[in-house]
Amino acid sequence: MILTVARNRLMNLRHDRSAFVLSFVVPIVFFSIFAAIFGSASGRSTTNKIAVAVVDEDQTDSSRRFLEALRSEAGLKVATEVESTNKTEKPAPLTAATAEAAVRAGKFPVALVIPKGFGSVPIRFGPGGEHPRLILLSDPSDPIAPQVLAGLVQKVAMTSMPESMARGGMDEIDRWSGGLTPQQRARMEEVLAQIRQQRPIPSTGGPRTSETDSNAGLVSVEQRAVLGQKRKNPMIAFYAAGIGVMFLLFSAAGAGGALIEEAESGTLDRILSTRVSMTKLLAGKLLYLAWLAATQLLVMFVWGSMVFGLEMRGHWGGFLIMTVATALAASTFGLLLAAVSRSRMQLVALSNLSILAMSALGGSMFPRFLMPEFMQKIGLLTINAWAIDGFQKVFWREEPTSHLVPQVAVLIGIAIVLFAAARRLARKWEAT
Amino acid sequence: MTEAFPLEVRDVVKSFGSRRALDGVTLEVRPGEILGLLGPNGAGKTTLVRTVVGRAQPESGILRVYGQAPTDSAAIDSRGWVPQEIALYALLTPRENLWTFGRYQGLRAAALDEAIDRSLDWCGLADRAKDRTATLSGGMKRRLNMAAGTIHGPRFLLLDEPTVGVDPQSRERIYTMIGELKQRGVSLLYTTHYMEEAERLCDRIAIIDHGQIIASGTREELVRSTLGNRQTVTIDADAPIGPALHEKLTRMGATVEGTVVRVLADDPPRQIRELLEAFHAENTPIKDLTLKRASLEEVFLILTGRELRE
Repeated sequence: MILTVARNRLMNLRHDRSAFVLSFVVPIVFFSIFAAIFGSASGRSTTNKIAVAVVDEDQTDSSRRFLEALRSEAGLKVATEVESTNKTEKPAPLTAATAEAAVRAGKFPVALVIPKGFGSVPIRFGPGGEHPRLILLSDPSDPIAPQVLAGLVQKVAMTSMPESMARGGMDEIDRWSGGLTPQQRARMEEVLAQIRQQRPIPSTGGPRTSETDSNAGLVSVEQRAVLGQKRKNPMIAFYAAGIGVMFLLFSAAGAGGALIEEAESGTLDRILSTRVSMTKLLAGKLLYLAWLAATQLLVMFVWGSMVFGLEMRGHWGGFLIMTVATALAASTFGLLLAAVSRSRMQLVALSNLSILAMSALGGSMFPRFLMPEFMQKIGLLTINAWAIDGFQKVFWREEPTSHLVPQVAVLIGIAIVLFAAARRLARKWEAT
Repeated sequence: MTEAFPLEVRDVVKSFGSRRALDGVTLEVRPGEILGLLGPNGAGKTTLVRTVVGRAQPESGILRVYGQAPTDSAAIDSRGWVPQEIALYALLTPRENLWTFGRYQGLRAAALDEAIDRSLDWCGLADRAKDRTATLSGGMKRRLNMAAGTIHGPRFLLLDEPTVGVDPQSRERIYTMIGELKQRGVSLLYTTHYMEEAERLCDRIAIIDHGQIIASGTREELVRSTLGNRQTVTIDADAPIGPALHEKLTRMGATVEGTVVRVLADDPPRQIRELLEAFHAENTPIKDLTLKRASLEEVFLILTGRELRE
């Protein structure tokens, strides 16, 4: 009898394709997404370099060698020029100000400024004495990039500037030994010249050091966050947007399922026999879903501001623009899922699969900058990625609302395409 | 100029795959009448109704509601439809359901409020107007289903098997509601597979089978044209009918089902005497004997060769 019960359930599973998808396909898809993201030992693999803007204000031999060594680091993608908005103009060399602006705008997670005087101070071990100084400008929404760069800087200093370190040692000997003779000094200078001619040893693997800003290293790294210094919790806006959008999609899909229920109960037939056309019906559903989604986001952000200190003041304009665009895109997605599905169960399977996949790829579960580059590009196919980017611009980067044009345009574009697709698929419910 | 009929259907054909659901259907509903569309399950009743309300498109033929195509706005406003399913929002209250379908039919403001109150009274749910529809009994839901289909006051109503699965008491209530509609002058197309309903409610009856109208007219017309003056003799035996008696009865043109014997009699006195003699000869006692004028049941049996509820 027990076997009969089990076999009965198995027979049910065989006929229930939605349950089958939920049981086997969803886990495999998820496993694959996570494996692709974290497949290498860390999210930062050789395919996912840290983009760093470097400004060489020193322009000495030492700084140039240091910069060259940074460039040869496998884990870094070094930029020293900024592309002009006018494509015909040549890229301009980065300055401290333009590098900071680039970090603020999210083009780079970190920037490194090699200030004047960097090459004139020899590097040395230990906390005492003067160290060459570097300035690291960071965007705290990526907490990993500055730490990695700060560690790499120490390594690069060691491998690229051995003569500087040797000079430090020579100065110490000179100081504590009561002075070098001219012959000893000449010999030392000769050795230093030889060391200088040696090429830095290029790194073969990604950086793995966790050294942060410190005066205890070979060089002193002064780290400064260019964004969100005043905020209590810099990642709240990210999580509010990320989690908000994911649940928006879930609730839109659930509410869109009302269409399937209406079709199954015969209510849809009754509605379509009245003055209501299919286009009007879908438009009405969209209006409701968008209202629901916008209210959900509003509640989420207001809660974030009340409990977690998310600053709404000064951000309302951008918030409302992003909320409307995101709500429309998420709602049409819900409508499309309902129009594709043939039953409520199928809708559940399809929405779980697509929304969880979109949320993982689009950055709702973890920031996209943690993903390999190709995954970041795939993420751009999701509503989540564009919505989160837009909300980050508003709350994190505090950019003017005019900078939201790409995100809003893409989200509205998605909404139009998805609505058109849903309308086309809804033909199956029209008179046959 | 005379007004067009509430419904005119001419040679309508509708197929689903290789199956012809409607195979050249022709009928009309006249002003103020109830036309019963009688047929077994799968005969094409619901398909015909769906073409009239614009939810199915015929491949050929003509369909007119007050002279207009079914999807024409004038046709939509003048017709109502009560589908076979309880097509309501279970989470909403009866009032909210009526508000929704009233708005979908273009009612608004005071006219809508008035229509809701009138409909709630008509279907006897005024005191349950604020309860959730899901909590109503099956019969109440059926009545509310009717109210939702008539909220806009249509002149022509399609009622698709409104008493399916309803207890006798609720059925009587529904009959009363239909009577009130008729009194208001509403013309009805009433589909059913209950013979007694068709006999009781309908002015005329059209019998549909395999997508074709095989007969139509008043009850008397149908009986006379199909059966002439024949009457039904029914004998219920008080003991099992043996093979010898069974054979004799069959030779006499009777149908035997268990202990019940039925004969369509042209000459009842003679045929009753012969039947009684046969029972007597085979020593089989009789419990009951009736002589009735023929019903639609026999008409249907003669026309289609099968029982209505098969």
